[in-house]
Order: sequence, then structure tokens, then C-alpha cells
Amino acid sequence: MTKPLSDKVLGLKPSGIRKFFDIVSEMKDAISLGVGEPDFDTPWHIRDEGIYALEKGRTFYTSNAGLRELRQEISGYISRTQGVYYVPDNEILVTVGGSEAIDIGLRAIINPGDEVVIPQPSYVSYEPCAVLANAKPVIVNLKEENEFRLKPDELLNAITDKTKVLILPYPNNPTGAIMESSDLAAIAEIIREKDLYVISDEIYSALTYKDKHVSIISCEGMKERTILINGFSKAYAMTGWRLGYACGSCEIISQMTKIHQYAIMCAPTTSQYAAVEALKNGDDDVEIMRQSYNQRRRFLMNAFKEMKLECFEPYGAFYVFPSIKEFGMTSEEFATKFLREEKVAVVPGTAFGESGEGFLRISYAYSIDNLKQAMDRLHRFITRLRAEKEKQ
Amino acid sequence: MKEELLAILEKNSRIDFKELAVLLGVSEEKVLEEISALEKEGIICGYHTLINWEKTSIEKVNALIEVKVTPQRGQGFDRIAERIYNYPEVRAVYLISGSYDLLVTLEEKTLKEIANFVSDKLSTLDSVLSTATHFILKKYKDHGTIINQNRQDEREVVSP
Repeated sequence: MTKPLSDKVLGLKPSGIRKFFDIVSEMKDAISLGVGEPDFDTPWHIRDEGIYALEKGRTFYTSNAGLRELRQEISGYISRTQGVYYVPDNEILVTVGGSEAIDIGLRAIINPGDEVVIPQPSYVSYEPCAVLANAKPVIVNLKEENEFRLKPDELLNAITDKTKVLILPYPNNPTGAIMESSDLAAIAEIIREKDLYVISDEIYSALTYKDKHVSIISCEGMKERTILINGFSKAYAMTGWRLGYACGSCEIISQMTKIHQYAIMCAPTTSQYAAVEALKNGDDDVEIMRQSYNQRRRFLMNAFKEMKLECFEPYGAFYVFPSIKEFGMTSEEFATKFLREEKVAVVPGTAFGESGEGFLRISYAYSIDNLKQAMDRLHRFITRLRAEKEKQ
Repeated sequence: MKEELLAILEKNSRIDFKELAVLLGVSEEKVLEEISALEKEGIICGYHTLINWEKTSIEKVNALIEVKVTPQRGQGFDRIAERIYNYPEVRAVYLISGSYDLLVTLEEKTLKEIANFVSDKLSTLDSVLSTATHFILKKYKDHGTIINQNRQDEREVVSP
């Protein structure tokens, strides 16, 4: 074939994660701190419900929007955690992971040339999804001094008369940053004033270590402007089940449902039955996992303190984002050298946007034993780097 | 913090105070204080090691014995339970609801020793009405730990 493929797709940058993945894959015995998914198995009672659904022969399509029972459970979950009510019948859409919701949410909102404000460092798919939806991504480079929270003036500076939607990725991957009520209130005020939409990706909402997660939907007038995205992957350790959801006004959700209907049909049926069980009886499992992540988070923060590696204290997700600026290397150089010399894989901050330069994403979805080994190696590595620097 | 501390210790009693303090986000002194209090209150009753004896050359036979007894006036089951648990070969004694009263677990070197215990010691106690002995053939999971579990991390090494 000689006719060129889609310019837009050809123009997408391959993900920085992918590039690093190829290097790591060559090394067989490396310790990885590079994953973006839980190390826990899906709790057994949830898996069992999936198995039961298969045994009962529940192997058909569900309605496009998802099982009614699941949408009711989702509605109940958001009511009890955020105090905001979504109508199960027309304000909730069950999707194939949070990822699909990001994609179709953008496609439902965007007209060609509309601008999407994307704070970075953040998850790798916002920018390409915005581009594929014919939007112009406008990047806000978040700052460590603000603990990678989105500040009102940063948002204001990014807004033009073409701005249509803000992507709000908190608790954040890769930084572990959170936004608290007061942070959100200030952002919500701008959103209302400038008449914008928000796509709030709250996939890590169950994993916070300060106060309980607060969603921007709980701010006045924000429910109707927001597409709330969440899912089962991180909270219930269900990444492979590919199940998420979007909640929003009936107007937006009905448009998203059209795209979903034509592109996907419906989310996997087995996963939907398992997810009903997760929401009904999974709170204790989530709490046990959250507690375990929190212990590991404290362990890593203490290890950094002991080796005098600068890192702001993150209160969400399962990542820490230490600074390596003192070593005078790029994130990629550091990560590659660390991998080659100590066989530990961490992800360069730049995989999540230019403002990730000078930082590493370290995942703590690993056992303490694993983290101990990795921290010993990191300590050895940076001690060597510091000694080399001294000699020069 | 108390509950979290106990949950960690229940899984790993060998963890040191320093690490416990880090994981719980409190001072070492506080951990020490809390553990002493828990020991004193009898909330922490002991620190044991889970051993897979099958992998050693040492023979062990484990049995579960269901025991029906007549409760005694004024003391219920406590007195007979005490008479049973005082035997050192008895590993555990539980009062059970349902079709029998006490569940006794026993560890001996040979089957014969277990038989002797049941016939000579247990059955001859006045309040014991009947016993039913079950031998453990294989342990799959004990104290929340899956025996012989050897799982690899099958996740992609790097993912977004």
C-alpha cells in the first residue's frame, strides 16, 4: 500500500513509557518499580462473582450504558462518598476502563479547534486523546513548589476564548499529588466564571492518605459541568477487567453513550457482574489495600529522607515523585543509568510531560521487601553519583 | 494505630521497632510503648513461627478431635477445657457451637501417640461423652498463609 495513513495518527508521539519498556524488557533480572497497577489480586469474592456470572451463562451484551444494577451501585457509591446524586438511568455510563471514558468524553465535548487545558505531569493519554478529538491541547506545567497542584493563576493563564474543557487529574499519576477542598473551590470558581467543562479523572480516588478524596462535583454548580471519571482498576485491583465509568449531566452522557454504542457496544459483561460485587461488598478490601499502600508510601518517604533525596510528600495514588535535579542529568539519563548499573526500573518523569523533567516516578505497588531492595540499590547508586560529582 | 499495628504484627512478628515506626508514621518510642501495653493487657499473647514441617525430616502428625462433653454446674465448659488444654501435646482447644462442644487439636510424632492420647487420656475424663478424631493429611493454608505458594509477578514491568 502506498497511500499514507492518517496524518493525525502518524503525528502522535509514541509514549515515553513504551520506549523505556523496551529497554527494561531486555533485562531479565531487573527489579521494576515501574508499574501503574496494583500488586494485589482482585479480592476473591469479586473474582468469584465473575466466575459465577460465567457459570450462569451470563455471556451476552448488556445494555449500552451498562447493567442497571451496576449503575445503581455506582450512583450509590458516589452519593455516599461525595454526597452528589447521579440518576442511574441517564447520568451514568459504564465504560471499558477509565481510558475509554477519557476518549469519548473529549470526543463528546470538542469541536475542531477547541482548546483543552491539560495539567502535566499527568497520565499519558490525555494529550493524544485531545489531538484525536481535533482539539488543541494547552499544557499547564505544574510546579513542585505547589506540590503539583493546579493553581488558579496557572489555570487563568492557560485560558483563552477558545478554551472548552479542563482535564483535572487528581489524585495524580505520576506525582501522587492531590487537590483539597479549598484548591478545588478556587478552580471551580474560574470554571463557572469562564463557562468551561471539566473532565475529572478520579481513578485513584480511593487511594488517598490525608483526608478522604474530595471531587470537584461537590462544588456548587459543578455537577452539570463535569464529566466524572472513575473505575475499578486501582481501588479494587481490577486492571485486567477493563471497567470504568463516566458520570455527568444527562445531556453529556447521552452523547457519550452514542459514541460508546457505536465504538464499543458495551463493557465486558463478566466484569460488570464482578463490579457489582465490588461496590456492594468491597469497602473492607479497599481499606486493607489502602493501608498497605500507605505503609509503603511512608517507607519510601523515610528512605528518601535517609538518603537525602528531595521529594515532596504525596498524599494520593501509589506513586512518589522524587527530584533528581542535584545530579545534573535528565530524567531519562538517570533512569537509564540506574537501570543499567543497578538493575532497577523507574520511569523518567518526562514520560508524563516536559514538566516531569528532573523527576522520577516510583511506584509503590510492590511489597515492602521489594521496595527495600530497590531503595538499597538507589542509595548505593546516588552515593556513587555524588562521589563522582565531588571528584570533578 | 493500634489496629494497624496488630495487623502488621499478626503477619510479621519479627519486624523491628524502627521499621514499624516508619510504616505507621509514628515514633519508635510510641511503638515500643504501644507494644508493651498490648503485651501487658494480654492482647498480644505470643509470637510464633509458622513452620512447614513437611519439608523437614521431622515427623509430625496433626489431628482434630471433636469432643462432646457434659458441662459442669457453675463452671460450664471451662473446667473440662482446662483439664484438656493442660496436656502439652494439645495445641488448641476451642468451644464450638453446633453438634459437638470442644474442638481439640493435637500434635504428636506418630499416629499411635494420638490414638493413645484419645483412648487413655481424653476419653477417660468423666465429663467426656464421646470423641471423633480426624487426621490432617495436608495443610494448604495455615494462619492465613498459603503453604507452598510460589508466585511470580506477572505484571508488565513498566506501564503507564
